[in-house]
Amino acid sequence: MAEYTLKVRRYQPESGQAAYWEEFKVDLDPSLSVLDGLLQAKDRDDGSLAVRCSCRAAICGSCGMKVNGSSTLGCKTQIGEAHEQANRRQKEDVPPPMGADEEYKPGSAAPGRGSNGGSISDSPAVAGAEEAAPIVIEPMGNMPVIKDLITDMESTHWTKIRRVTPWLLPHGEAPEREYVVEPESMIDITQSMACIQCGACVSSCLSMEADPDFIGPAALAKAYRFVGDPRDAETKERLHDLAHDPHGIYDCTHCFSCIDACPKGVAPMDQIMRLRRAAAEEGVDDDPNNGANHVTAFVRMIEKKGTNDEALLVQESHALGLKGKLKPSKGAIEGLLKSLPTVLRAIKTGKARSPSKVIPGVHPKLPGGSQDEVRAIYRHAEEHREEFNLYIKGEDEDFVEPEPDETDMEETA
Amino acid sequence: MKLAYWPGCVSRGFTTELHGSMALVAERLGIELVELDRANCCGAGIIAEHNQELADTLNARTFALAQQTGLAMMNICSTCQGAQSECQQRLDADSAYRAHINEVLSGQGLEYVKGKDGFTNKNFLWLLVEDYGLDKLAEQVKRPLTGLRVGPFYGCYVVRPKERLGYDEFPERDLYLEKVIEVLGGEVVEYDGARKCCGFPVIMMNRDTSLRQAGTHVGDALDAGADCLVTPCPLCHLNLDMQQPEAAKVVNRDLGLAVLHLPQLVGLALGAEPKELGMSKHIASTKWVEERLAGGVPA
Repeated sequence: MAEYTLKVRRYQPESGQAAYWEEFKVDLDPSLSVLDGLLQAKDRDDGSLAVRCSCRAAICGSCGMKVNGSSTLGCKTQIGEAHEQANRRQKEDVPPPMGADEEYKPGSAAPGRGSNGGSISDSPAVAGAEEAAPIVIEPMGNMPVIKDLITDMESTHWTKIRRVTPWLLPHGEAPEREYVVEPESMIDITQSMACIQCGACVSSCLSMEADPDFIGPAALAKAYRFVGDPRDAETKERLHDLAHDPHGIYDCTHCFSCIDACPKGVAPMDQIMRLRRAAAEEGVDDDPNNGANHVTAFVRMIEKKGTNDEALLVQESHALGLKGKLKPSKGAIEGLLKSLPTVLRAIKTGKARSPSKVIPGVHPKLPGGSQDEVRAIYRHAEEHREEFNLYIKGEDEDFVEPEPDETDMEETA
Repeated sequence: MKLAYWPGCVSRGFTTELHGSMALVAERLGIELVELDRANCCGAGIIAEHNQELADTLNARTFALAQQTGLAMMNICSTCQGAQSECQQRLDADSAYRAHINEVLSGQGLEYVKGKDGFTNKNFLWLLVEDYGLDKLAEQVKRPLTGLRVGPFYGCYVVRPKERLGYDEFPERDLYLEKVIEVLGGEVVEYDGARKCCGFPVIMMNRDTSLRQAGTHVGDALDAGADCLVTPCPLCHLNLDMQQPEAAKVVNRDLGLAVLHLPQLVGLALGAEPKELGMSKHIASTKWVEERLAGGVPA
């Protein structure tokens, strides 16, 4: 048993007051969960503390919340680990000794900053250095709060889930009995099928913070669950819809927040990247967001140059093939014009003085035969047309020995 | 300390001041860098979007070039770190896949061998803390950054996903910038955006979402009293610095906050002059930082 402090963000709309912080002392085994801690506080200190929960075993997806700023399930986060994390962060508030030999340890006296030091007396963390840091618990982000830790899942999460038509749209009449599919053809969507709709990924999404209209990680992972399903007949229509929406697959900023937040390993961002790849493969390459153009421009450029020719990338992402045969798409000229002030400023400070940095296509190739080596890699990898199932398989222990018998790879089949 | 050095594309493109300041700082710290000038782009996650095996093979080539030197590899870009770590994880997890990739590389006299000579690929920030050592860094400080209030900005690719980026072994990797700032004598500014996304990956696709992220973080840091930001990622630098005037328009407020590359901040504390570190090339003026360090502006 150990004592922990839970610092909970409270809010009761009926009180007419703004949200506030309240600390609860709880006493439980480190291997128990943050949710257990909250329920103890509710039981012993304040029965009005509102938290949504049911299974307490990371199955129902009810207790989504932020613990020390990270979106997660309260029942899946051990209180001992949350405490350690809080301590690590508090430690960094305390100025460490300069040039000291010994390791800086939490709880050790802070001797100031040596001869150059500023005042540390105004740092509240110093007084509390010997005290344990509180575990900070907040309701999920990107959603309105109903009460304390309970958020309104309907207005953001469920609305967005419905946006992607989250049901199967099969070919023709339903078969007399069940649909028959190859087990292998379902491997690619097993990850997205594991979703329990807890909303932790939505809560963590940094694109949605900047653009509340972004369809978001949970709904897009759900979209891939049907795009990747061999029984679904509307694959191209779904992809066209999600690629052309300005708040669709190309609004994801690739920040990995949802991957870390998801308690079930769905890796929503990976599903969004699969949607982008599927869109390109289905010939959905004319989206007004320049998403498909950007990928194609980047991939072609590295084949040609080996490293990033930024000027060419700006031009080609907005208007693929402008220098060659194609005419610029709608919005491309506008996009290029918008990037002009930035380029001009860069020329002014000398950031981009040399021509290779501002003239598209002048960027040098790799030295020696290196560019040919890169091209050979392209030829080899681009021969395969199927979607590889390149999930991480887990560590193999036998890397010292040659393994002539391992032929179970998807891509060598 | 001698390292195989992958500078990345952007440090030789729109942020040459990063390439230059890294060279200067490495010399002053006594780190010898063997530049991998034949290596290719990491793909920045974009090539993987198109074809995962292509990205894996391109990065396996870079790792193989580094392994030829027999040295540990260093990069100076959060995005390179993330994209390369992802490929390395997939390569290391499966010997058959590795053999398949090495088939192509063998035609070029190259081979990626898992764990060869304890092979690692770390960015400058991780190396500084884990291998060079903060104590040793502290000894090199000639001009402590006293009174300089610095906001850390990590870049997503060195913060997430934790499982891939070695946080089991090094749980404090998302606190290293704070440690470095303190060792250099500066003051850490806490603000909301330190571990958030700069928005750069969607600058071509959704300019508004992208610049709103950059502008919000710069604004939050200013509100928290920062004199400057520091970042180990040149792509973050492009959005936070180069696009800062455009980001200001999107968030509809005045910005104007210097954004330093990590080697520049280290270089200042080692006594290098701002001009040597290429700070005059920045879009957001670094004059305020220089005046603070010269003691000309009261705290």
